[in-house]
Amino acid sequence: MKLSNLFAVGKKLDTNQRITVSVLSFVLPILIWSLLSYVPFIWHPKVEISHTGDVVYFKQGMLIDREIFDKEVETAIAASKEIPQGRPANPIYLPAPHEVVIALYTAFTAEPQRRNEKWLHESLWDSIQVIFLGFILSSLIGVPLGILAGTYDFFSKLFEPFIEFFRYLPAPAFGALAVAVLGIYDAPKIAIIFIGTFFQQVLVVSNTTRKLDPLLLEAAMTLGAKKLSLLFRVVIPGIITHLYKDLRLLLGWAWTYLIVAELIGTSSGITWFITQQARYKNFDNVFAAIIIIGIIGLTTDLILAALGKKMFIWEKDTAKA
Amino acid sequence: MSHIELPSYLSQSGDVKDRFDRMKKRPVTLQVKNLNKEFNSAQGKVTALKDISFETYKREFVCVIGPSGCGKSTLIRILAGLETPTSGQVLLDGNQVDGPSQERGMVFQGYTLFPWLTIKRNVMFGLEMAGHSRAGSEEQAYQWIDLVGLSKFADAYPHQLSGGMKQRVAIARALANQPRILLMDEPFGALDAQTRAKMQSYIHEIWKNIDVTILFITHDLDEAIYLADRILVLKAHPGEVNEVIEVPVPQPRSAEDLLSPEFLATKKRLEELIHPPEDDVAISEDHLNMVRMVRVDDDVESVF
Repeated sequence: MKLSNLFAVGKKLDTNQRITVSVLSFVLPILIWSLLSYVPFIWHPKVEISHTGDVVYFKQGMLIDREIFDKEVETAIAASKEIPQGRPANPIYLPAPHEVVIALYTAFTAEPQRRNEKWLHESLWDSIQVIFLGFILSSLIGVPLGILAGTYDFFSKLFEPFIEFFRYLPAPAFGALAVAVLGIYDAPKIAIIFIGTFFQQVLVVSNTTRKLDPLLLEAAMTLGAKKLSLLFRVVIPGIITHLYKDLRLLLGWAWTYLIVAELIGTSSGITWFITQQARYKNFDNVFAAIIIIGIIGLTTDLILAALGKKMFIWEKDTAKA
Repeated sequence: MSHIELPSYLSQSGDVKDRFDRMKKRPVTLQVKNLNKEFNSAQGKVTALKDISFETYKREFVCVIGPSGCGKSTLIRILAGLETPTSGQVLLDGNQVDGPSQERGMVFQGYTLFPWLTIKRNVMFGLEMAGHSRAGSEEQAYQWIDLVGLSKFADAYPHQLSGGMKQRVAIARALANQPRILLMDEPFGALDAQTRAKMQSYIHEIWKNIDVTILFITHDLDEAIYLADRILVLKAHPGEVNEVIEVPVPQPRSAEDLLSPEFLATKKRLEELIHPPEDDVAISEDHLNMVRMVRVDDDVESVF
């Protein structure tokens, strides 16, 4: 196997290569993270004090900038006082991979530190509910409107100009309004996810609908299909596979609004967990929580992709999606 | 062809003449009266079709042929009801055509099968639209699929079929509605030569056995002569009827007829109509400016 074959333009790699390269796409970032964390001479801009020496303000376990530490060491040598000791360390906001793995494990197994705090999985469940409610509400209205706009020019002209305008308004800007109208609990959060998803959704779905081969519609008409049967028997089945892919994409979009949404009103869910842990400088927990969001997102998408392959057996290229 | 003395394309043997006389006594299926179609384009008004009039008789096979830009596709789309004429009339069995309907079946060049339906469900589509029950349409669909020889593929999806097979399904799907006329817009244009020849004899076979009039658009002269009772020759800019040719080749036809004197005479006439002599002048005027671009010491001195 020649190396140049790996970079053939427009050619598919064979199955083994594809798997290897896909695994690499996760291994590489983890490798970089590990290098930064475990190799003392790479980065490590801080020093963790292991022995304070005669420096008054040093404390055991304290993180201090390397320049300051070096200066104190020089001063101590010059004044022939006891020399402080320490080892290179990274800033507190970059925990090492193993610390995050431990945090990931303990987050699910250890009791919350305060009685009124929620377990991580409870916070997560709150977040997932907010996301899915927002997304489903948006889809229930957005998908039909999008299909209508894509099928009938009348609805396209009726909906799309306003939606084009509205989609430029950042969803979080409606936070205060949402709280004023819907209270401080889950409702305004769902509303933000809704606003963040809905307007894009209508436009994406209408575009997908318009891409349906017009010859299929004409063929159906010469076979006697009219109005509603055209819509339900040709347009919708004709776009359903693309629609499904759009929805998968948009669900990812909805996740990006989650953190902002959960900061509105009373902070809740995974966001509450993250801000709380960040406040106590438990960045290993923060990383753990962020990684969990990624894992949930990716897993949902993989499950949906597999489901799509099962449902749309006539699609010869679902595998590529 | 000029070496062989050809009969006139107008001279018909007794049998052929007799057949045309009988055909013209049949009822008229499709009647096109003074059809005009204009488009508004950036360059102003373009006349695509000008004063087209013709009729087809029951169970006749008519081919429409013409140079590119003669509006043959526009014509068939108007007949299908997919476009409206600027003026003029299209009558099917005496009734004015208004919009698409299952009594005018259409087969497109791009196969236009519904990719989400199996072959069987594709053929059932029109029947279900016409209000047949699921079971009833299924039974009929099987017959039509059998007719085009694809019973083994009834439960396959279109993407699993070759181009020729897809087009057979499209024909079965259109015929399942038992249309009065079957409109075919260059249906074999995307197929390779061998499949194409096979499809031509298929469609002839189907036409012989089913009560349907066929209007078939093609740009292939051989195909038109091989298939048609009469050929409607259009000319371009604007699209007008140039001549209606009664093909003197006796029916039923086979591949050997492609070399018969009647066939060659008709082909000669079609070539005159579609590539008139003045075109040759145009070609010689923009004759390729060829310079010998082979190395002096090249091994192959001349390709002849």
